[in-house]
Amino acid sequence: MLLYLLFVSPPVNVHAYDTPDDAGGSITVEWSPPPGVEVKFYEVYRSCEGGPYEFIGKFIGSLHSYVDKGLEDGKKYTYRIRLIDVNGDTSEFSMPSSPAVPSPQWFKKGKLNLFIAVVLYFGFLIFFVQSAKTGKRLFIRRIAGLDALDEAVGRATEMGRPILYVPGLGTMGDVATIASVNILKPVAKKAAEYETPIIVPNRDPIVMTVAQQVVKEAYLEAGRPDAYREDNVFYLTDSQFAYAAGVDGIMMRERPATNLFMGMFYAESLILAETGNMTGAIQIAGTDAVAQLPFFIAACDYTIIGEELYAASAYLSQDPKLVGSLKAQDLGKAILMFLLLLGSILSLCNIPLILNFFRTL
Amino acid sequence: MSTNPWVWVAAFLTLAIYSFLYKDNPVYRFAEHIFMGVSVGYGLVLFWYNSVIPRLWEPLVKGTEPTRFFLLIPILIGALTFSLFVPRYSWLVKYTLAFVVGASAGLSIPLSFETNIFEQVRSTILTRQMLSGWGMVSNLIMFIGVIVTLAYFYFSMEHKGVIGKTARIGRIYIMIAFGASFGYTVMARVSLLIGRMQFLLHDWLGIIK
Repeated sequence: MLLYLLFVSPPVNVHAYDTPDDAGGSITVEWSPPPGVEVKFYEVYRSCEGGPYEFIGKFIGSLHSYVDKGLEDGKKYTYRIRLIDVNGDTSEFSMPSSPAVPSPQWFKKGKLNLFIAVVLYFGFLIFFVQSAKTGKRLFIRRIAGLDALDEAVGRATEMGRPILYVPGLGTMGDVATIASVNILKPVAKKAAEYETPIIVPNRDPIVMTVAQQVVKEAYLEAGRPDAYREDNVFYLTDSQFAYAAGVDGIMMRERPATNLFMGMFYAESLILAETGNMTGAIQIAGTDAVAQLPFFIAACDYTIIGEELYAASAYLSQDPKLVGSLKAQDLGKAILMFLLLLGSILSLCNIPLILNFFRTL
Repeated sequence: MSTNPWVWVAAFLTLAIYSFLYKDNPVYRFAEHIFMGVSVGYGLVLFWYNSVIPRLWEPLVKGTEPTRFFLLIPILIGALTFSLFVPRYSWLVKYTLAFVVGASAGLSIPLSFETNIFEQVRSTILTRQMLSGWGMVSNLIMFIGVIVTLAYFYFSMEHKGVIGKTARIGRIYIMIAFGASFGYTVMARVSLLIGRMQFLLHDWLGIIK
């Protein structure tokens, strides 16, 4: 009995299992402290495929679980743990856990609500696109900044000077850049019809390649493939301020009559817009970068704000697919407004049903 | 005054770029071309050593089989970009673009839903806690702001009647937000200017200590 009291009891209930809802390579280990022991530290040991146990970490006594990452999927891992109590005494090792095998999961259940929302949205999208394709007229209200695009292209033609189209500093992963590329097409088409050169300096090589294809197609659709100049859609540099310096130089030397800044912009926005202002060009900017919009509003003739940028391509082209997508966005916004109101009323009545729906793990 | 020649080079280039404030001139053009040339060269080297070598070449040569052969897929997709140089096969680049645009959109849409919609809606829905104490005023202003701003960006109806009035309030909200953002960002820009002035007056000329 006395001998038993001299030993510190090891941790109990050591349980290892494949971490749920992950991309694999990880096991979660849980344990409980033995009753009546004040634990200072736990030491966790791991064995792979029945091999020797190796030390993987020392954790504070308040911690009762650990996520072991960087493991190989499909292999069996077992764990055992020992503790060090507040007196500095070390216990024996616990009983080893049952073997656990890490594996990836296809679905992350904590994001099921997100999945439902995305599927619903795409349902709306398909419905509206189909409606638009059948020839049903879908109404879009007037957007002042976009109406000015025609005027801007026409002005460049009258003055016999080029149009400068800056697709921003984003990559194809930015929604604003995708929107910008969509706007580029109707602008380039109009430029081709009016025989006005369009200059597109790029910061990203992929965006440049996409822009080249878009402008080329626009010239083709306008029936002027001969007028397309590949050298007018070019790569400048990847560096933010070097790009700004380069575009500034183009504005001063080529003297475009129209500057269009569409896409993702950062701190260079005011440098670009101010230089364009100095040259006397008509300027239209569109971005969803909230911090840069005030600068564009201050220095440009028209500004397309956030959501308007996403709507722009549909508005300009009246392409059924794009108009349908805009309608789906609008329905999404209407639903969100409704859910915000209903969610607040329910939440204030202690029914957090809608609030909980918007929680993701 | 600094005796380090690189400080002199940096100071000259800084002044050359600032000379644009007067007008476009050969000194600015010189600095502009150096800036762009150096940045492209630097970017290329960085890309080679930080992306191509560790993420492509080393896993391909030293990686385990059969995973390392999966890398041939992105190599092939990437290589199709060079088809642009052969006009007859330039259409092949569309496969690269389709992959990049599709993958980028596929990755960014759920992320945008989560960060721009789910997080925002959850933080905006009013709860009892949000309507207690002084925070109530702020939370109510935010809640109304979100609703009216969403109404402003609703394109399916003309801005007339109730929608028109709501959208007009939304516009006021947006302008107030832009005003605040303008002031905040200008302060950040001023700090950048201070940094450059400090370099010129302290590091280069040694006028200020």
